[in-house]
Amino acid sequence: MRTQPLPWRVSYWTASLGVTKETVALVTEEQRREGGGVGDQSGGRTGATMSRIRPLDMSRKQYQQLADTLCKLTKRFNRHEVQCLMKVFSTLVATFPEQRIAVGLDRNKFRNVLHTTFGLTDDMITDRVFRVFDRDNDSFVNMREWIEGLSIILRGTLDEKIKFCFEVFDLNGDGFISREEMFHMLKSSLIKQPTEEDPDEGVKDLVEIALKKMDYDHDNKVSYADFEKAVKVDNLLLEAFGSCLPDSKSALAFEEQAFKKNKDD
Amino acid sequence: MASGLHGNRTPPRAFIPRSSCVQRLAERGLFRLQLPITMGVALTRAAQWTAAGIGVGKLEFTPLNISLLNSIIKFVEYVSSKHPQEAALVFREPLEWKSNLEISGFGADYQISKRTVVSKETVDGNPLLILDDSTSIIKVSTFSQLAKLLEIAQKEKLKETQACLEANRDPIAKILGPSFATVEGEDKSMLRLLEKVKKGDEEPEAEAQMKLFLLLQQLDMQLLNTSLQKISQEVRLNPQAIKNDVQLLQSFSGEGDLTVLRSINYTSEYEFSNGCRAPPWRQVYGDICYLIINTHDTETLYVTCNTAGVYLNGGPIKDSEDIIYDRNGDIYKDLITFLKEKSPTFAENLTLVQQNFVLQKKSTPTRKTQKAEVPTNEELDQTEKFSEYQDKNKFERKKPPPKPKTRDIKKEETSFVHKALESSHRLSIKDEKAQLKVQDTKKIIKEKENVEMAAARKYKCKAAQEKAHLIQRVVSDGSEELSESSTESEEDKQDMNRQQESGTDLPSEYWQIQKVVKYLKGGNQTATVIALCSMRDFNLTNETCQLAIRDVGGLEVLINLLDTEETKCKVGSLRILKEISKNPQIRRSLAELGGLQIMVKILDSSNKDLKCLAAETIANIAKFRRARQTVRLHGGIQRLVGLLDCVPTSAHLTAEQEKDIEVARCGALALWSCSKSKKNKDAIRKAGGIPLLACLLKSPYENMLIPVVGTLQECASEPSYRLAIRTENMVKNLVRNLSSESEELQMHCARAIFKCAEDEETRNLVRTHFGLGPLVKLVSKSDNKQLLAAATGAVWKCAISMENVERFKHLKVAETLISLLIGQPEEVLINVVGALGQLARDPVIRGAIRRSSGIGPLVNLLTGTNNALLVNVTKAVGECAVDPENMSIIESLDGVRLLWSLLKKPNPDIQASAAWALCPCIENAKEAGEMVRSFVGGLELIVNLLKSDDIEVLASVCAALAKIAMDEENLAVITDHGVVQMLSSLTYTRDDMLRQNLADAVACCCKWGNNRVAFGETGAVAPLVHYLKSKSPRVHRATAQALYQLSFDPNNCITMHENGVVKLLLNLMDSTDEALQEAAAGCIANIRRLALANEKARYK
Repeated sequence: MRTQPLPWRVSYWTASLGVTKETVALVTEEQRREGGGVGDQSGGRTGATMSRIRPLDMSRKQYQQLADTLCKLTKRFNRHEVQCLMKVFSTLVATFPEQRIAVGLDRNKFRNVLHTTFGLTDDMITDRVFRVFDRDNDSFVNMREWIEGLSIILRGTLDEKIKFCFEVFDLNGDGFISREEMFHMLKSSLIKQPTEEDPDEGVKDLVEIALKKMDYDHDNKVSYADFEKAVKVDNLLLEAFGSCLPDSKSALAFEEQAFKKNKDD
Repeated sequence: MASGLHGNRTPPRAFIPRSSCVQRLAERGLFRLQLPITMGVALTRAAQWTAAGIGVGKLEFTPLNISLLNSIIKFVEYVSSKHPQEAALVFREPLEWKSNLEISGFGADYQISKRTVVSKETVDGNPLLILDDSTSIIKVSTFSQLAKLLEIAQKEKLKETQACLEANRDPIAKILGPSFATVEGEDKSMLRLLEKVKKGDEEPEAEAQMKLFLLLQQLDMQLLNTSLQKISQEVRLNPQAIKNDVQLLQSFSGEGDLTVLRSINYTSEYEFSNGCRAPPWRQVYGDICYLIINTHDTETLYVTCNTAGVYLNGGPIKDSEDIIYDRNGDIYKDLITFLKEKSPTFAENLTLVQQNFVLQKKSTPTRKTQKAEVPTNEELDQTEKFSEYQDKNKFERKKPPPKPKTRDIKKEETSFVHKALESSHRLSIKDEKAQLKVQDTKKIIKEKENVEMAAARKYKCKAAQEKAHLIQRVVSDGSEELSESSTESEEDKQDMNRQQESGTDLPSEYWQIQKVVKYLKGGNQTATVIALCSMRDFNLTNETCQLAIRDVGGLEVLINLLDTEETKCKVGSLRILKEISKNPQIRRSLAELGGLQIMVKILDSSNKDLKCLAAETIANIAKFRRARQTVRLHGGIQRLVGLLDCVPTSAHLTAEQEKDIEVARCGALALWSCSKSKKNKDAIRKAGGIPLLACLLKSPYENMLIPVVGTLQECASEPSYRLAIRTENMVKNLVRNLSSESEELQMHCARAIFKCAEDEETRNLVRTHFGLGPLVKLVSKSDNKQLLAAATGAVWKCAISMENVERFKHLKVAETLISLLIGQPEEVLINVVGALGQLARDPVIRGAIRRSSGIGPLVNLLTGTNNALLVNVTKAVGECAVDPENMSIIESLDGVRLLWSLLKKPNPDIQASAAWALCPCIENAKEAGEMVRSFVGGLELIVNLLKSDDIEVLASVCAALAKIAMDEENLAVITDHGVVQMLSSLTYTRDDMLRQNLADAVACCCKWGNNRVAFGETGAVAPLVHYLKSKSPRVHRATAQALYQLSFDPNNCITMHENGVVKLLLNLMDSTDEALQEAAAGCIANIRRLALANEKARYK
């Protein structure tokens, strides 16, 4: 005898995907309009630092140089792969013609990429991933940040991933994942039960469970050391508060697509 | 209605008073029709008159009416015989009715003319009985005449009475005068009569009248009572009952073959407030409704449902909506009975439906609780809707609608009984779910609620726990017939029951686990992963926790998680399942929930961690037969064998390769578990598992080798595997691992050798790979009994080869083995003694056994009870007895007597083994003959063993008899016991071993008295001659010797010669075997001598 998938699970998870294809289309449409405006404003920023150079406007030499630099920087991708990823980036930026002058992927576009390519659906988490990618906090993911970020989420070591995830989960960036942050991230992880007196009771409880599991120094918050230790003990806790890394399947699909397609030309 | 009938009565009638009980009955709609005529109250009220409104009312032919009529007839006869005075009283008005009687029937008391019959008895010139033949109207004026009439009527009695009563609705009024007519209201007739009596002389008959009246009243009361009794027995119908019936039948109606009816419909859709559908003016007659019923096998039935019962009516009036209300057939007590009578198909299908119903009814508790469940369910839905509504309106609002307290309490209570009831109710709940589905398919119930409801149901079922147990038993009985491994499942069920009983006190972990499982159920991936991780923090090796997970429904969720796409969830879930599946009960539950199928599927996954975990979990679950079967049937074996494919030996392994090896290890673990079933062994072989296992056997890793060797060892019970182990060169690796660090690995290797060494080549391979030394080393490790058993077993089997014995001699294994003869468990002893038995074939070792005083312990073991051990011990003792020095020790220990008594064991293996062992004993014992004779009844016992069916027993006994027959006295005794006859009857055997020993025995037995002649007479000679055609030289020798002995009798010589013995013997004479040559030559010489003597006699 074989159990059918429980209906709650299917319905819940599809619901938690939140954004469907239609909405994605809508969002992109919106962005296109917004982006146009932004493009007009930032039209004069063309001559920024190298890492900010508009990819399509770069000379071939500059482009090669950038590839070399990035290749040395990340070490995880070979030159060809870096070039491929650069191309992907360019394409992504160029998807929106009005934005050609923009310095990189803005928040919405980046989140779109995460959503469609890597299947990361939680808005809050993708927002945080954007923040972590965007090291210089200029609200754009530029070429370099793109390659560096990808090197971690695609080919990072466990340690790198731990660091990455911790940064994602540390919402306010104070070096600790506090109870409140956990609560915030887990808020929507349980089905609300109409019979429960306090709908957040379950979430609170879940936070306590997580804290018990990870707070080794008993200071009621999870430090980086705590997090690292917990993940080393149990790898499943790497994405304890929401999936922020692409799963192996979509990662593989992305790499295949990015590297193979570009090999041809 | 009543008035209508009134109009037709000639004498004006008044209404009779209603006695209160009758009134009550009438009000309940009990009486069909109330006609204001009577032979007192009873007739009016109780007798069932037809509804025919016009003309003379008719008495219906119902049982009640018949019994009333009978009473009346009796009364009439009684009055005329016992009360002649009253009977002679002339009626005020004669009773007048249309008779069916023939004039001819009237006897001498009547004056019969052409037209009329007039009674001779007259009063004032008026005859008391007049029958007008033309109109056939009869008039009767006295009870005596009535009685006479009834006498004449004989069989028509009943009809006449009926006709009389029908025509005279108020007979009393006629009999006693209109003043006595039954009157509605106060009955003053009695008083009036009394007054009359008081007045005295004026009316002389008054007294008689009075008496008659009293009698009539008595009758009335009597009638009323009987009818009341009858009526009260009848179940009366009411609108609700009819409605239920119709509803029920409608639900089972339709066009299908299995429905009870085609259709059943009311004539009118309108339902009055009292539940009736009949028009009000028919309701007064008790009609409830009218039905049109289409059955499968009759024409359309038009049915009236009346309070009195169900009957056919006249059907619809053409071109009108009305129907003919008159009854058209018998009355049935309810609709079902009615339809059963009318339609055979209905009856048939109804029983089918009822059977189903009975099946459902068996789960009575569930049905009940289900009814109770409905409001809860609705309540839940409502609250849900309510909260949805609120959410829509106020997004910010966080407070949910107030929770109904009762539910909370209930939930807690449910959890208490949850555990206790869990397994026993699982079945009934399943039923219930199915029912729910049928009954409200439209309702989609979320799983969450479902589980909660199930829990609530369980709680409610508590009262019916006993019953549920019963059901469980019933169901389990049924399922056992289906499942092959009944004993296994039975045991486990018992376990479960025990668990239930003890599980009254729940530990705190239970609640915590329940909470975690709740999050598992109602969370997204993130929450699920956290919950899974936290679940691992419980002590999952603890049975309480394991069962708690099961009891709170965790297994279902964990298995369900395996079906999702989420790798993390699968990993987390499998990690837990891997741990808890070490519990036998959990195993069963997991298998029942279909976990194995999903896990087998996961084996295809690209994620190696997942594969490992799944394989390990399968390894844990597949410890019982059905699970192993499930794995096989779902293609698990091929997949598991597929996991074995890796590169096990290379100096530098990449991380990936290491993982591959881990996968292979887990696969081997799972195969090890699965390999306990024979079909799985075949499946592994067919899936190409053997070369892969052979490859993995080269692995240097212990944790890899243990499952691999374990699997091989398990499979080595199959000849194909033994062959493969030899040919794939696995013996070498097995031998190598005998020197491993791990005792478990050593044990499995030794066990594999034990099983494989049945094969001679394998035994030699073990020796050539220097495996005997390590084996002997293992034998000296006496603390690990399992290892010891395996190692001694391997020694035993290896010692079957003499070359190995030679090697063992140098390794001095016998001494070690002898030290193991004392204080070891039977499984070790069997192997030790078996090994000694094989080793003792070597004379040096025999001596060694004696010197290390091994004979004493061996002989002591002859008193044991274990069959396998006894077989080995007798063999060992027999081998030792070959040495005369050993024999003297055995004799002094009374070993021969012990051996001999083992012949009494029913087991043929022991019998044979003991008889074989006796041969050297008798041969080597001093004064063997005397010794044998000293066993009282011993010779008879051994001769009787020749009646055995077992070839081995027969052969061994023949051998022993040959030894016994060496002593002449003993030979005489066995001859007396009929040994010759018995041996002769065995001569037709085709088994060479038996032939050899049989021929030996015959040769030895010939030496006494006229046994030679007896053998010839019992027909032993001819078959013996044919033994010479056998291929075995041993048979030839023994047979030649027997024939030589037999040839001293001339008749035998003739028989032999006829069977062509000379040519056969001549062929054998060029054998190198001197004994054979001598015997053959002697035999031929005897035959020749006879021929010569014959010729001499002829030519003299």
